[in-house]
Amino acid sequence: MKISVIITLKKEVLDPQGKVIHQTLDGMGFNDINEVRQGKYFEIDTKETNNDKAKAKVEEMCKKLLANLVIEDYKIIDSK
Amino acid sequence: MKSSVITFPGSNCDRDMDVALRKFGFKNKMVWHSDAELPKSDLVVLPGGFSYGDYLRCGSMASKSKIMQSVINFANSGGMVMGICNGFQILVETGLVPGVLLRNKYLEFICKNVFVKIKNKKNTYFENIDTDVLEFHIAHNEGNYFCTRDQLKEIEDNEQVAINYCDKNGNIEEQFNPNGSIKNIAGIFNKEKNVLGMMPHPERMIDNYLSGEDGSLFFSNLISNLK
Repeated sequence: MKISVIITLKKEVLDPQGKVIHQTLDGMGFNDINEVRQGKYFEIDTKETNNDKAKAKVEEMCKKLLANLVIEDYKIIDSK
Repeated sequence: MKSSVITFPGSNCDRDMDVALRKFGFKNKMVWHSDAELPKSDLVVLPGGFSYGDYLRCGSMASKSKIMQSVINFANSGGMVMGICNGFQILVETGLVPGVLLRNKYLEFICKNVFVKIKNKKNTYFENIDTDVLEFHIAHNEGNYFCTRDQLKEIEDNEQVAINYCDKNGNIEEQFNPNGSIKNIAGIFNKEKNVLGMMPHPERMIDNYLSGEDGSLFFSNLISNLK
């Protein structure tokens, strides 16, 4: 079973890379952007076949390693 | 006095630290990250570098390596643990010191000498040191210290700020902040002050042939405090 995770910086945390991407896009003519925030995407292929159990495990992974909860939020995306 | 320097895959300041510690009288041992046990130590150092290629977040992989459980136990039982640069990033990832180190505000790798003001001398690291301002070297891409407002209040209430970026006269102002750190914070302690994490490299300032002697001041003071 594959489970996806998206990690983003919390709203109040400065994202200088997102800012530079925003400025660059602006310079390219995409000038209707309010804000760009950069994040991380993970695909975890697990042997677990039970959806709830797999999600619970991935949540634990997020808390323990994948995200730093001081600055980041995680979102677990539905498995397939 | 016995010290241990932990080498992770990608550490690159471990040998400099070894040279510095020996120069000021420590009997130092190099310890590999996959060892389970720490040798008997009066000081454990997590050195600078790029452990695990800075994958995921700087220091995040190293913080889960085998030796770190022993380091965490050692710190929690009052042992002296110092993390320099990547070592500081590893410390924040273990939770031994609060906060995180973000990408530098202006997205540049910064490599230069800076001045830091010692904020708190009531600890084994800085007690009796004969100056308030030290010139150290920094070389990092992720040294922008950040924590939540609640954490900052706690850090300040517990006098956990160790050093702040400043000018050579000790003025702590935004213009002397190289990387965007909250309140110019360059180094912090845990609550008990036995764990110190800092971005500057004292081991790069132990000889005039390098670029100064303020690291000598730091290490010679540290070993005499430990004795």
